[in-house]
Amino acid sequence: MQLQDQVHIGGSADMTIETIAEPVRKNYLNDKQGILSWLLTTDHKRIGLLYTFSITVLFFIGGFFALMMRLELLSPRNWLVSTETYNKLFTMHGIIMVWFFLIPSIPNTIGNFVIPLMIGAKDLAFPKLNLASWYVFMLGAGVTIYALFRGGVDTGWTFYTPFSTGYSTTYVIAAAMGIFISGFSTIMTSVNFIATIHRMRAPGLTWFRLPIFIWSMYANSVVLVLNTPVLAITLVMVAVERVFQVGIFDPALGGDPVLFQHMFWFYSHPAVYTMVLPGMAVISEIVPVFSRKPIFGYTAVAFSSVGIAVIGFLVWGHHMFVAGESVYSAMAFSLLSYFVAVPSAIKVFNWTATMYKGSVSWDTPMLYAIGFIGLFTIGGMTGLFLAALGLDVHVHDTYFVIAHFHYIMVGGTVMAFLGAFHYWWPKISGKLYPEGLGKLGAMIVFLGFNLTFFPQFVLGYLGMPRRYAAYPEEFQMLHIISTAGATILGVGYILPLCYLIWSWKYGKPAGPNPWRATGLEWQTSSPPPTHNFKKTPVVNVRAYDYEAMKEQLGLREREFENV
Amino acid sequence: MSEPVLVGNQLLELREQFENPEQQRETASIGMWVFLITEVMMFGGLFTAFTVYRLSNPAAFNEGSKEMTIVLGAINTALLILSSFTMALAVYSSSIGKTKLLAIFLIITMIIGLCFLGIKFTEYYLHYQDHKVPGFWFEYHGPSARQVQMFFVFYFILTGLHVIHMTIGIGILLVMLYRTLLGSFSATYHTAVDLAGIYWSFVDIIWIFLYAIFYIPGLHLK
Repeated sequence: MQLQDQVHIGGSADMTIETIAEPVRKNYLNDKQGILSWLLTTDHKRIGLLYTFSITVLFFIGGFFALMMRLELLSPRNWLVSTETYNKLFTMHGIIMVWFFLIPSIPNTIGNFVIPLMIGAKDLAFPKLNLASWYVFMLGAGVTIYALFRGGVDTGWTFYTPFSTGYSTTYVIAAAMGIFISGFSTIMTSVNFIATIHRMRAPGLTWFRLPIFIWSMYANSVVLVLNTPVLAITLVMVAVERVFQVGIFDPALGGDPVLFQHMFWFYSHPAVYTMVLPGMAVISEIVPVFSRKPIFGYTAVAFSSVGIAVIGFLVWGHHMFVAGESVYSAMAFSLLSYFVAVPSAIKVFNWTATMYKGSVSWDTPMLYAIGFIGLFTIGGMTGLFLAALGLDVHVHDTYFVIAHFHYIMVGGTVMAFLGAFHYWWPKISGKLYPEGLGKLGAMIVFLGFNLTFFPQFVLGYLGMPRRYAAYPEEFQMLHIISTAGATILGVGYILPLCYLIWSWKYGKPAGPNPWRATGLEWQTSSPPPTHNFKKTPVVNVRAYDYEAMKEQLGLREREFENV
Repeated sequence: MSEPVLVGNQLLELREQFENPEQQRETASIGMWVFLITEVMMFGGLFTAFTVYRLSNPAAFNEGSKEMTIVLGAINTALLILSSFTMALAVYSSSIGKTKLLAIFLIITMIIGLCFLGIKFTEYYLHYQDHKVPGFWFEYHGPSARQVQMFFVFYFILTGLHVIHMTIGIGILLVMLYRTLLGSFSATYHTAVDLAGIYWSFVDIIWIFLYAIFYIPGLHLK
C-alpha cells in the first residue's frame, strides 16, 4: 500500500512517495480518543461530523412531520390528526427543514469538512468560532424542540403577522428564539468561510484555480452574512410586538403587515438560494470527476454563483404578488425573477456540456448529480411559471408552489447532500460504501421523489390549496399517489443511512483517491491527518485539469481525452 | 495549541492553522469587517422599518421626537465622538509599542463609555416617568397617540440594541486592558487592539445615526 505524503500538484518531479510502516496511520479520527475529544475539538473535520450527526437527527424529525402530513392527506376528511395539529405539523416541518436542515446542511457538514482540504489549509481561519457555531446551533435546535414539546407552533414557517403576533396561542416566541439563535451559528460559519477562502488558500491557488465548490460556498456565505441579520431583527420585532402588544406589524395597532412580508422575504428569498447554492457547488465537483473533463466554461460557472447571489437579493417581491404590492413593483420583481433564472441556466447547460463527449461513469455520486440536474431543471422552470404575474395569481398558495420548491429543495439540495456524502465518504471515513446498494438507493430516492411531488404539480394546478388538512374528494387519487411516493422516499433516505454507517466499520479501505479526482482534498490520505497535509501543497494548475494530472492520477489515455 | 514564532525581536503566538503572523493578522481583520457587515444589515433592517413608518406618519414621528431631551442626546453624541478619538489614540499607542499609554487610553475610553450609558439610562428613567415607555404604561394625549407610541417602540429597540453593543464594547476593552497589563501587546503584535478599535468606532457611528433620526426631527417643534 502506497500513500502520497508530500504533494506538488502538476509537477510530478517533486512528488515523493512513501511506503508506510505502521499498520494504522494517525488520522483525525484516531488522533485523540474519548467523547470529550469530540465535544471540545477545534478540528474542522470533526466539527463537520458533529454537524452531520445533529443535522441527520433533525432531518428525520422534520421528515417524521412530513410523513404524518402525508398520512393525514390519504383521506379527504380529517382522520388521523385534528386541523390544529395539522397546522402545527406543517409549521414544524417547515421550521426544522429550513433552518435546521437545509440552510446548514451542505455548508456546515461537507463544507466544513472539505473547504480547508480543498484550499490546502490546515484548518478554517477561526477553529474555535467553528466549534462555538455548533454549540450555538445545538442551543437553537434545543429551543425549537422545546417549543415543539410544549405544543408546537401553528403560524406556518413564515410567521406571517398579525396572526403570529396577535392571535396564535402557540409557542411562537420560543420557535422564533430558536431560529434567532441558530442564525448566529449561520453567521459564525459564514464569516469563518469568507475569511478562510480569502486568506488561507495554499500558495499558487489563485481565485481562478479554485474548485467551483469554493466559489459557490463563498457566494453562499456572502448571501448568508447579508440576509441572516435581517431575519434576526425581524423576528425580534415580531417577539416585541407579541410580548408588549405594541404596534409594529399588526394593523390593529397601527403597523403594516406587508412590511413584515417585505422584511421576511428579503431574508427568505436569498435564503432559498443559500439552500441550493451549496447543492450546485457539490454538483460542480461531481460532474467533472465522473466525466473526466474540466468543467465546461469555468469562469461562467464561477460567476454564475456570484450572479445568483446578487440577483437573488432583488426578487423577494415575487412572494407577494397577491399581498398588496403595487403593480409596478410587481412587474419589476417579475422581470428580475426571470433574470435570476439566467445564471441557474448557465450552470445547468455547463454541467451537461461538461458531460458531453466526456468519459462518463455511472457511480452513485454521479447518479445523484444527474438526478439533481433533471429535478433542479423542473423546479427552476416551474419557478418561471410562478414568476409570471398572471399565472402566479392562479397557482399562488397551491400545491403547485409546494411541488415547485420541493423540486428545488428536496430534488435539488437533498439529492446534492446525498451525492456529496457518497462522493466524499471515502475521504471522511476512509472506507468505501457498497456501490450496488448506493446505486439502488439513488434510484429509490429518484423514483420516490418524483412519485411524491409530481402529482402535487397537478393538484396545485387543479386548485388544491396548500396548508389544508381536508380537501374535495376528486383530489384523493393524486394525494394517495403522493403519499405512496413519500413512503418510498423514506426508504430511500434510510437505506444510505444504514449502509454508510455499516461501511464505517466494515467497508473496504478507500485509499487516498478512489475516484481519481483532481482536487487537493484527494491528495492527502483518507481519513486525512489532523492537520490535513504533511506539507502545505503548492498548486500550479487550474482546477479539474485531467490533462496535466494524467500521470499522477494514473488515467488511461481515453479516459480523459475528449472532443 | 499555538506555537511561538520569532517576529522582529519578539516571540509571537501563531495559531496552528496559520503559516505566518501576517496571514493571521489579515485573516482576523477580514473576519471583523465581515462581522461588521452583518451588524450593518441588522441595524439596517430596523432603520428601514423606521423609515417606512416615518414616511407614512411624519408629523407623529416629529411629535415623538419632541419628547426627547436634546441636551442629553447632544452630550452623549459628543461623548461618543470623544471616545472614538481616545480609542484611536489607544490604537496608535499600541502600534508604536507604548503599552502604558495604551492602558491609559483604554481606561479613558471605557470611562467615557460608562458615562454614555449612565446618561442613556437617565434618559430611559425620564421616559419612564413621562409614561413614554410603550405598552400598558404609555400615555400620550393627541390624535396620533398610536403613531407616537410606534416612534417610541423603535426608539427603545434601536437604542436598546445600541446599549447592548456599547456594553459588549466596554467588555471587549476590559479584556484588552487585561491583556495589555499582561504584556501581550507590542509594536509587532497589536491586532486585537486594532479590531477592538474598529468595533468601537462602528458602535459610535451607529449612535450618530440614532441621534439624527430620534433627537433632531422634533427640534423645531419645541
